[in-house]
Amino acid sequence: MLNFTIRRTLLAIPTLLFISLVIFLLLEASPGDPLGDVPLTVPPEVKERMREALGLGQAWYIRYVLWLKQFFWVEPLHWFDQVFGTSYSAGMQRVISFQSRSPVFDVIAQRVPQTLTVVGMSYVIGVLIAIPIGIISAYKQYSWFDQLGTFVSMVGFSMPTFFTGVVLIIIFGVKLQWFPSIYDTTHVVRDWPSFLVQVKQMVMPVTVLALYNAAQISRFMRASMLDNLNQDYVRTARAKGLSEKTVVLKHVLRNSLIPVVTVIALGLPAVFGGAIITEQVFKVNGLGQLLISAIHANDIPMVLTLTFIFAILIVAFTLIADIVYGLLDPRIRYD
Amino acid sequence: MTRRTTQLFAATALAGMGLATTAMAERGSDGQLNLLLWQAPSTLNVYLSTGTKDMLASSLILEPLAAFAPDGSIIPRLAAEIPSLENGGISEDMTSITWKLKEGLKWSDGTPVTADDVKFTADYCMNDEGGCAQAAKFSGITSIEAVDPLTVKITYDGPRPNPFDAFVGSQAPVLQKAQFESCMGAASASCTAQNFGPIGTGPFRVTDFRTNDVASLDANPEYREADKPAFATVNLKGGGDSSAAARAVLETGEYDYAWNIQIAPDVLDGMLAAGKGKLEVDFGATVEHIKLNMTDPSSSLPEGERSTLAHPHPILSDVKVRRALSMAIDRQLLNEIGYGDTGRATCNMVPAPEIFAADNPDCLTQDIEGAKALLDEAGWVPGGDGIREKDGQRLKMLFQTSVNPVRQDFQALIKQWWTEIGVETELKTIDASVFFGSDPGSPDTLVKFYADVEMYTDVYDGTDPGSFLSEHTCASIPSPENQWQGENAARFCSETFDAMSVEMGKTAGLEARAELAKTMNLMLTRDEMVLLPLIARGRVSVSSNALAGVQMNAWDSEFWNVADWSRAAE
Amino acid sequence: MTETERQQQLDTAELVAETAGPAPVTGELPPNNPVHADGETRSQWLDVWRQFRSHTGAMVALVLFLGVILFVTIGPLIWTIDPTYVDIRARNSGFTAAHPLGTDQLGRDLLARLMSGGRVSIAVGLTAMTLAITLGSFIGVMSGYFRRLDAPLMRMTELFLALPLLPLLLLMVTLFREPLSQTFGPAMGIFLLIVTAIGATSWMQSARIVRGEVLGLKEREFILAAKSIGTPPRRMILRHILPNVLSPIMVAATLGIATAIITESALSFLGLGFPPDFPTWGRLLFDAVDQMVLYPWRVILPGLFISLTVLCVNYIGDGLRDAMDPRIRGR
Repeated sequence: MLNFTIRRTLLAIPTLLFISLVIFLLLEASPGDPLGDVPLTVPPEVKERMREALGLGQAWYIRYVLWLKQFFWVEPLHWFDQVFGTSYSAGMQRVISFQSRSPVFDVIAQRVPQTLTVVGMSYVIGVLIAIPIGIISAYKQYSWFDQLGTFVSMVGFSMPTFFTGVVLIIIFGVKLQWFPSIYDTTHVVRDWPSFLVQVKQMVMPVTVLALYNAAQISRFMRASMLDNLNQDYVRTARAKGLSEKTVVLKHVLRNSLIPVVTVIALGLPAVFGGAIITEQVFKVNGLGQLLISAIHANDIPMVLTLTFIFAILIVAFTLIADIVYGLLDPRIRYD
Repeated sequence: MTRRTTQLFAATALAGMGLATTAMAERGSDGQLNLLLWQAPSTLNVYLSTGTKDMLASSLILEPLAAFAPDGSIIPRLAAEIPSLENGGISEDMTSITWKLKEGLKWSDGTPVTADDVKFTADYCMNDEGGCAQAAKFSGITSIEAVDPLTVKITYDGPRPNPFDAFVGSQAPVLQKAQFESCMGAASASCTAQNFGPIGTGPFRVTDFRTNDVASLDANPEYREADKPAFATVNLKGGGDSSAAARAVLETGEYDYAWNIQIAPDVLDGMLAAGKGKLEVDFGATVEHIKLNMTDPSSSLPEGERSTLAHPHPILSDVKVRRALSMAIDRQLLNEIGYGDTGRATCNMVPAPEIFAADNPDCLTQDIEGAKALLDEAGWVPGGDGIREKDGQRLKMLFQTSVNPVRQDFQALIKQWWTEIGVETELKTIDASVFFGSDPGSPDTLVKFYADVEMYTDVYDGTDPGSFLSEHTCASIPSPENQWQGENAARFCSETFDAMSVEMGKTAGLEARAELAKTMNLMLTRDEMVLLPLIARGRVSVSSNALAGVQMNAWDSEFWNVADWSRAAE
Repeated sequence: MTETERQQQLDTAELVAETAGPAPVTGELPPNNPVHADGETRSQWLDVWRQFRSHTGAMVALVLFLGVILFVTIGPLIWTIDPTYVDIRARNSGFTAAHPLGTDQLGRDLLARLMSGGRVSIAVGLTAMTLAITLGSFIGVMSGYFRRLDAPLMRMTELFLALPLLPLLLLMVTLFREPLSQTFGPAMGIFLLIVTAIGATSWMQSARIVRGEVLGLKEREFILAAKSIGTPPRRMILRHILPNVLSPIMVAATLGIATAIITESALSFLGLGFPPDFPTWGRLLFDAVDQMVLYPWRVILPGLFISLTVLCVNYIGDGLRDAMDPRIRGR
């Protein structure tokens, strides 16, 4: 397994470089203009000069290599300097966003906390409620619990978050006035009352996202459990006189986790990607909102950097999923 | 309207002269002001801005020499008075303008404001490598000099009948030289700290700025009026969409003011019924209109010849067809459905200021029968399915616009009317960032105009429409030769119009310019029917009942008088 | 007796048997001539159907789903109002005889819009889902079963997972919208484009899931046994692997329909979808969100239809899965 991990990690480097090139070319080729939002009153020749100031006058391969250098050399140097107080990166251009002309990484660092608290929390909650629901639904197939679970999760999944979010805002924000409809990203938790404020402003976005995530994961959990509950080994285990709890929670659950692990491993990088629509509806302004506004503004350095970090996470998590497969089912081997 | 305008003017004049209207208030006594801009500001340096949102945010901090009042008049900000021919501020030959600064002005860090700062700002923006977004405001300047610490003289390359572009309005404010000195030209990109925290003279100063998210400001201790602003802090939040923004002010009351509200009139009325806030509207130079393509966009033409003057439009070149298309539209109804109180049906591309608006109400009444008769006259006869034909060609229009619920409603209505008069209409919508962009590689931009008809909103800066009208000359037609850069998307080309445009560049005096502007406007709309104006759109925001002193301004930043805003007594 | 005749006879025999009373075992007996595998499959499917029928939830769902299909296909023939016809005097009308489900802000009939919108949404949902699932399962099985293909296929999956969706779609639309709408007409061209776009960007999850399952499955005893008697890979995959990964595929498929219907509305919202005069359920829902307080029906109805369709497909999927599982069928 160690061998496999090392081999895969090494293989990841060319993969990621290739992915970054494809993303770059895609962004280059897709239509759009970083200056699309500039008022129509700004004359074309001024726009042309603004475009040159953004570095768009150069050929695409020069800009790509420049980005590679900035991402893999200047940025690490900059962090190094920050930590050790050195000044190796002095005078070097970091990755700069087109929209704000500020370093992309600073903006990302600003956005990570709210995304991790809101989207991350909702994912954790989603998984925590989905797995028990999935197990019980499968174990008591066609019971009222299962029927209700199926109904809620399918409705939850088929209702888009732009709809459920607004419904929640109208009920709990406007009519009942329980929760704020706008998330305050500058809020700092210092003491108990400020913690309560934070919880209050997180309730609605977390609910919307958790419902959506739980719906999906519980479906996979249930299906996979059902598949395994009828297997011969379960009969054997029961015949051996193992308690029902051990049979279900140890043997069946363990064997049913493979698809669930896949779904979760695909979902975790998405946590970093943020939740575009939910962040928009509740004004959380995390990474999802950052990405979508950067895409709309054709902010190539920002989109490229964000999606590339996303790609790194995807490659990492698929690797982790593959390793977990091996742990869950020792028969799976890659060597 | 007129009565309201006079009232507004009285109020602004008072504010402009620095007379304290709310003399009781004390600086910072009213707590926090919560502003909501659903398009979040990206930077606070308006010279590197990529949209109106940045200008709004920076207008809380930075100030120009003079600003536009809601009635379109120019009022002094940092300048002691408005230069004119009479007071000698504008030279006799109109090639130079001299501004005098108010005495005793201080930046928010306590240092004095001098003419050097003004000169520096001009140099900063006129630097070719900086990519200054407001460079057009500084065009034609040959030299700028600080005559003495309070006087600055700007010289132009020729006579300027209207010299109020540089340092007038929130798009061209004064920067502090000491702060931005190291940010000239290419270095502007690495000046994040400066761009996110400019030192200004305005009522507020930055304490924290998170790009595309939120800005926190507090009252400027050095602001020139000791008792202002009434608010101690400002929270300027971004994100979401316009209906959510309206909801946060009108229904939940979490925010005091939300900018740029674009929602259906009945939905807005429903929100206003909650009684927590009110609508702020003012009408400026914003017109939703239809452009008719005078050249052939057919995809059967080779790339590089589509939508160019080489191929006149096979259908729309006939003025009768253009007129019929216009007559079939019921502009009043469009306004009722899409805008309500926040818009007005119009037949003019220049609907305001009043002196420039031509008397042109003909198009306001829909005339389906007249349109049909006109098409018959032009030789287009109804075919089997009701769609008109001529020489085997069907009367078919491809109608494009950006993604926007109101525009899609307009498309549906207009399609129906055009179908009624026998014109087949295919609708197409394009993502706004593509449609309004100018990527020469994309076929879907408004300048490339690979369609027969397109609809969007046009607007011009300042109060003088001279240069806006002059954009419709043959030379401004987008074409492959100029990488599709040009404002005249309708590809209208007329010698008479070009001559008028040249004349406009030479004409001084408000009356004469207004006369000429009216003629040019009528030629584009009533006579040639190249542009079909639909709705004069107001600038629309909503404010909470708990906020006093708000005064909508269509010509400048809507925060132009934010120093006078205060908490309303409940 | 020709092949078809024998077949018909077999079918009739079964039908008779079924209607006559408790199902006799004859239907499950292999045909007397084992070479004709066709016959066996036929009866196997019939068997599945019989099992499926005993699943109440699935049967109710099937009936409802057929109802929805009839509503969107036959409905417009009975209710002939043009969904794009603007009747401005009747705008924002409630439930009336002229407009049973009311009208929208332009006076377009909501019933007609739901019918024609449903046709597009269901077509997009089913086709895009089928495309994504087929592609995903194929890649998943290939990559899980053949070790040599695993690395390249999975790296490709990672690439697709990492690509930013929006620029990709924008690019596809720019490149293909005009040629496609010229070849197939504006509606069909966009339909193909949207279905391909959604299909091509949503197969990755099912590919990863199927691969994970196959990896575990192929080490199981029965696979090793099948291998040892020299079963060729093709038959191995179709006979032994695929049926055993069917349930996660079914789940992915039901979730996929919902995602496709919603994604379509997001695409229209971005100007990448159907021309604005083509209603779809997703768009009806999206457009009405702002008016939710004033006219709640306008959101509830399309939302209801989307949920109903997804729920039906889910129950049908459940029923099918149970019916196709020999272990459950045996019970």
